[in-house]
Amino acid sequence: MPEFQLLGQKPTRQGFGEGLVVLGERYDNVVVLGGDITESVMTSFFRDRFPDRFFSIGVAEQNATTIAVGLALSGKIPFFASYGAFCAFRNADQLRISVCYNNVNVKIGGGHAGVSVGPDGATHQALEEIAVIRTLPNMTLVVPCDYMETKKATIAIGEIWGPSYIRFGRANVPWFTTEDTPFRLGRAEIFRDGSDVALIACGAMVWQALLAADMLAKRGISACVINNHTIKPMDVETIITAACRCGAVVTAEEHQIYAGMGSAVAEVLAKNYPVPIEFVGVRDTFGGSGDPDELMEKFGLTWKSIYAAALVAIERRDKGSTGVRRPTEVPRFTPADGYAA
Amino acid sequence: MKAENLRIVFRSTVYENRPRRSEEFAEIAREIRRDIIKMLVLAGSGHSGGPLGTADIHAVLFFGGYMRYRPKDPWWPGRDRYVLSAGHLCPVLYATLARAGFFPVEELRTLRKYGSRLQGHPGRDMGLPGLETSTASLGQGISIAVGMALSDKWLDKSDRRVFALTGDGELQEGSVWEAAMAAAHYKLDNLCWIVDNNDCQIDGRVPNVMSIYPIDKKFEAFGFAVMQCDGHDYEELSTCLEQFLENHRRAIGKPTVIIARTKMGRGVSFMEDDYRWHGKPPTPEQALKALQELEDPYITVVEPAEV
Ligand SMILES: [Mg+2]
Repeated sequence: MPEFQLLGQKPTRQGFGEGLVVLGERYDNVVVLGGDITESVMTSFFRDRFPDRFFSIGVAEQNATTIAVGLALSGKIPFFASYGAFCAFRNADQLRISVCYNNVNVKIGGGHAGVSVGPDGATHQALEEIAVIRTLPNMTLVVPCDYMETKKATIAIGEIWGPSYIRFGRANVPWFTTEDTPFRLGRAEIFRDGSDVALIACGAMVWQALLAADMLAKRGISACVINNHTIKPMDVETIITAACRCGAVVTAEEHQIYAGMGSAVAEVLAKNYPVPIEFVGVRDTFGGSGDPDELMEKFGLTWKSIYAAALVAIERRDKGSTGVRRPTEVPRFTPADGYAA
Repeated sequence: MKAENLRIVFRSTVYENRPRRSEEFAEIAREIRRDIIKMLVLAGSGHSGGPLGTADIHAVLFFGGYMRYRPKDPWWPGRDRYVLSAGHLCPVLYATLARAGFFPVEELRTLRKYGSRLQGHPGRDMGLPGLETSTASLGQGISIAVGMALSDKWLDKSDRRVFALTGDGELQEGSVWEAAMAAAHYKLDNLCWIVDNNDCQIDGRVPNVMSIYPIDKKFEAFGFAVMQCDGHDYEELSTCLEQFLENHRRAIGKPTVIIARTKMGRGVSFMEDDYRWHGKPPTPEQALKALQELEDPYITVVEPAEV
C-alpha cells in the first residue's frame, strides 16, 4: 500500500502541459491544437518546444475537434485542449460522431474542471463533462488525482490508441504522488487499505478522501481509499471487491453527483453487489465566483463531507443487508447543502 | 407494386480513372444514376434528390483522371482523399466507389440493410474500402477535410490533395465558416471544396429557409480562389478541376472552392429541381419510370409468380 505525504501544491494542468512535452519528445506524430487559451491549459510548453507541430485554431472548439479528426485520419496523434466547459459541450456533436463513431485517435484535454476554477465563476467551472463524455462509445476518460498523476495519465492516453479525454483543473491542489506511485490506465489504485467503508474518489477529491480516512481512523473506522482515475473503462473488479469487503461505499468527485463517477460506480454495484452508497459532489447546482478553497468548502467538496457521508453509509449498512431506506428517510437535496460538518 | 416486382440488375461495368470526353462522362453519370435509383427502391428509404443532382460531379471527379486513387489498394498512402461532408448523399458515393472498383457492384443492393457496409449515412466502422471518414452531422466533414489537408501540407509536406463536397443548406452550419477561416489561414492550396448549390434543402428553397447568398462573395472574403460552374456541364466541371490542380501545382497559398450549380433530382423528370425529393426514395412505380427514363436495359416488371 503506498504511503502518502504532501509534496506541495501544484495545478494538475501543469502535469498535462509537461506530459505533452514528454509525448512530443517520444513521438514525432504528436500534434497539438490551440484554442486561444494556450498558456492557460499549458499547451504553451509544447508550442514553445515544437512550434512546427502546434497549430492555432482560434476560438473555434467545433472546428478544432474535427480538424483533429482529419489529422488523426492522417496518422497523427492530435491533442486539442481547452476548458472542459467548452471542449466537452460546444463540440459534443463533433465528439460523438466525428471522434467516437468514427473511432479515431483524437485526444481531448479538458481543463478548468470543477468549482476550484475559482473567481471566473459558474460559466467556466465545468461540472458536467464526466456525464457527457462517459456516455460516448469508444471513449477513454481519465480524471487524475494530482499534478504527477496528470502527467502520467497524459502520456498514457497518448500511448493508447483511441478517442480519449483527460480532465484536469486550474487551481493549486495537493501534490502527493511520485514517479513511483503505481498508475495504469484502466486500473483503480487502492491508496489505503481498509475494511469498514470504501471511499472511491477521483481528481482532487482523492487527497480529501485520504484526509477523511485519517479522521475516520481516529474513530476506529477503517476506510479503504480508492483512486478511481479511469472512469471509462472502469475497473469494475476493484470496485466490486471493495464493496464486498466493506459493505458501504462513498464516492467523491468535483462534479455533479448526477451521471458522474459516483453514478458509474452505482451502476456497477447495483448490478453486481448492491451496498449503501453515499455520493459526495456538486448537488444539481451551478458553481459561482469565489476563492477556490472557499468554493470547495461551500460546495461540500472537502474531507468533512466524505467523513460525514462515510458515517451515513456505515449506518445504512448496519440497519440492513442493503441499507435500503424508505422514501421518507431519503434526504432531499437543496443546492449546495453538502454534508458540511 | 413492391420492389420485388421489379427486375433489378446491376451491370458489373467498372470504369477507369482517365481523361475523358463529355459523352463518356454522360454514360458514367447515367450508370451512377441508375445505381442510385435501384439502391433506393431496394432500401425503401433514403435520399434521392442530392445523389442524383451530384452524379455528374462524382463522375468527373472520380473518372476524369483528376483524383489519384487505387481501388485495389484503397489505403495507398499516396492517394488523394475525398470527404463527402453532406453525408446524406452517400448513395452517389457508394455507387461511384463501386463503379471505380473499390468493392463489388452487387454490394450496392445492401444499402441501409442490417450489417451492411453501406450504412444509411457513411460509417467508417463498417470498413468500406474508399470511405475515408464517417460524416452526416452537417458541417463536420469539411473541418475533417481541413485537418487532412493541414496534415498533408504542413506536417507530411506531401503533394496529396483533399477534395470535399458540402451541400448549400449545409453552409448554414456555423462551423463550416470556422473551417473556411482555418483553410485560408493555413493557406491550404491542396484543398478543393465543392459546394453542391442546388438551392434546395429539406424545408424548401434555400433563400426561404435561410439565405446563404452571395456564396461566392463570402468565400472570396474568407480568402478562397473561387470558381463557379454548371454542375451538370462536364466541360465546365473539368475546367474547374484542372484549374484547382493548377492552383495546387503553383502553390497559390489559397484554398479553392468550386460552386457548382446543380438541380436536385437531375436526370429523372419528375424529381428534377423539386426539394420534396430531398429525403425520400422512389416508390417501385416511380423507380420503374425513372429507370426507363435513364435507359436501364434490364428494368421490367416481373409477375408475382416469378418472384
Ligand atoms: Mg442543397
